[in-house]
Amino acid sequence: MSYVLIIGAKSDIAKEVARTYAKNGYNLYLAARESESLGDLKQDIEVRSGVKVELKEFDITAYDTHEDFYTKLEEKPLGVIVVSGYMTEQKTAQKNWNETLNTINVNYTGAVSILNIVANDFESHRRGFIVGVSSVAGDRGRKANYIYGSAKAAFSTYLSGLRNRLYECGVQVLTVKPGFVNTKMTENLDLPEKLTAQPQDIAEDIFNAQQKGRNILYTKSIWMLIMLVIKHIPEFIFKKMSI
Amino acid sequence: MSLISWGMYPKIKNQKFSLRDTKSLHEYIDNTSEFIPFGNGRSYGDSAINENILYCKNYNNFLEFDEQNGILTCQAGVLLSEIVDSVVKRGWFLKVTPGTKLITVGGAIASDVHGKNHHIEGCFSESVEEFTIMLPNGDTKVCKKGDELFYATCGGMGLTGVILSAKLSLKKINSQFIKQTTIKTKNLKETFEAFENHKEMPYSVAWIDCLAKDEELGKCLLMVGDFADDGNLEYRSKMKLGIPFNFPSFALNKLTVKAFNWLYYAKAKDGISKQKVGIDTFFYPLDAIGNWNRIYGKGGFTQYQFILPKEHSYEGLKEILTKISASGKGSFLAVLKLYGKENKNYLSFPIEGYSLALDFKIEDGLFELLSALDEVVVKFGGRIYLTKDVRVSKETFEKGYPQIEKFREYRRENNMDKKLHSLQSKRVQI
Repeated sequence: MSYVLIIGAKSDIAKEVARTYAKNGYNLYLAARESESLGDLKQDIEVRSGVKVELKEFDITAYDTHEDFYTKLEEKPLGVIVVSGYMTEQKTAQKNWNETLNTINVNYTGAVSILNIVANDFESHRRGFIVGVSSVAGDRGRKANYIYGSAKAAFSTYLSGLRNRLYECGVQVLTVKPGFVNTKMTENLDLPEKLTAQPQDIAEDIFNAQQKGRNILYTKSIWMLIMLVIKHIPEFIFKKMSI
Repeated sequence: MSLISWGMYPKIKNQKFSLRDTKSLHEYIDNTSEFIPFGNGRSYGDSAINENILYCKNYNNFLEFDEQNGILTCQAGVLLSEIVDSVVKRGWFLKVTPGTKLITVGGAIASDVHGKNHHIEGCFSESVEEFTIMLPNGDTKVCKKGDELFYATCGGMGLTGVILSAKLSLKKINSQFIKQTTIKTKNLKETFEAFENHKEMPYSVAWIDCLAKDEELGKCLLMVGDFADDGNLEYRSKMKLGIPFNFPSFALNKLTVKAFNWLYYAKAKDGISKQKVGIDTFFYPLDAIGNWNRIYGKGGFTQYQFILPKEHSYEGLKEILTKISASGKGSFLAVLKLYGKENKNYLSFPIEGYSLALDFKIEDGLFELLSALDEVVVKFGGRIYLTKDVRVSKETFEKGYPQIEKFREYRRENNMDKKLHSLQSKRVQI
């Protein structure tokens, strides 16, 4: 069975995405920094689903290693899913340039670096799928979260262009825009229950959307409506708002 | 966002801590005055609710699977649905499963759950080879049948420690289908006869129309079945529908429940009919509707489940069904089941006899009705299922569970009563 490469495999969403693809018979490359810490997850998935799981050391901001990383994959993956993300408090990021830079690099620059390489490979073989986990935060800049949001916006725009380019050769590109998600990162936030998804649900949504060949996925789907409204608020009103 | 149980009642503010590793768990236990472990929130009442909640669902790795012998080891936060997803394809199934697969392994042990095959296979603990548990003093123990800790923990409502992982023995199957026979009965007497006539069948359960009166009292659909043997193991979990919001509280009333029960009952052919159905349809019919608890409205609901010793079952059920029918309080679901012998666990619910489970919307007058039913249960030597309960009195509880003093003493000796409490354990003073 084909391999799926998951970039940024340490997050709660990535863990459930990995389990979901494995449940459906795919072998996995799990790529992350300090990938040996994913040993428990590797064991879990192998026992659960009886597929092969390989851990791969990968640093999304070490751009010059990406070509080598991809070349060395013994069997090239059928699909690549980029889940990497870095979010810090907006107030921290706006005062600390390194935080800002890291936000941009993890969410955008690094993702572009590895996906350029993947795209060229998939294009030449005229097959494959690419899934990029962006965010609803990229749909409009808000004072509460615009440094992270703008990096995700750039990533969404990149994926849109990539989809346009790869359409001709039959390679699917899916942009995923999660809203609130219950994860380690958000454990102590008081998120509204109806708008908050579990990582398991996001993973199922991603798998189903990818299998159906979809282009853009909002998850939970209610976020499509919310963002539609937010995107259409005139700027002269929006600039006065706190949302 | 505070955690609530499946009945959505009571709602109290609580602080949750997520179990991810044993080191942080040890620190949590040391630094928390009193807490209760919480799995997937499918117990109905207040047995996993307190101000401090240890959320165990993220502690959910599979650890080992011996495919030859059907022995699975996994962490306690794994859901039974995840086990079903993983093992059916490989020719195995849970030895004991309750009517929902959306519960954790830890929860299944703590409630010592049972299923449609209790009269053959017993409770969930029968399938537990061993488990590991962190005690209130931070020690981790591996525990097997025969240990006192095993008898206290299985059915112990999470009040002995934090279950970390378990080794489960599975049941060999050769099909993802069940050959089901449905028997439609006209009254309680026929219902009992039907159970007795089919007690050699591995799985059996009856749906009772609680609003039926007089000579129709106790009419039911009894469903019995066993796994088919067609070699088809291509199992895929069913997609589920959802109920996205709480229904307005007037949605469920005597008329709608009557209509539902009538439709359900009318759907089945008279006498005996046979079907071949999937695992999800047979074992987990309600899991197909996500959040079905919301049909009771935001005020919540409770499930009243009691069991009566076999020799008094007929008499007792008749009295209770008559009281319920007269009250007109709607019960969407009433499930009747024949049970086998009780096990050695201190607080496990099943005894040899018949149990009835009914859902009630929380409303004025309900608890008075349930207290009146309690008196009948006590009179006939029965007991109430803690996992479903949200209101039983200490006295009623104690009369039903003769081993409670042993359990209390065990908790005191091991300082478990200092750390582990739910709203329920405080109410009935476990």
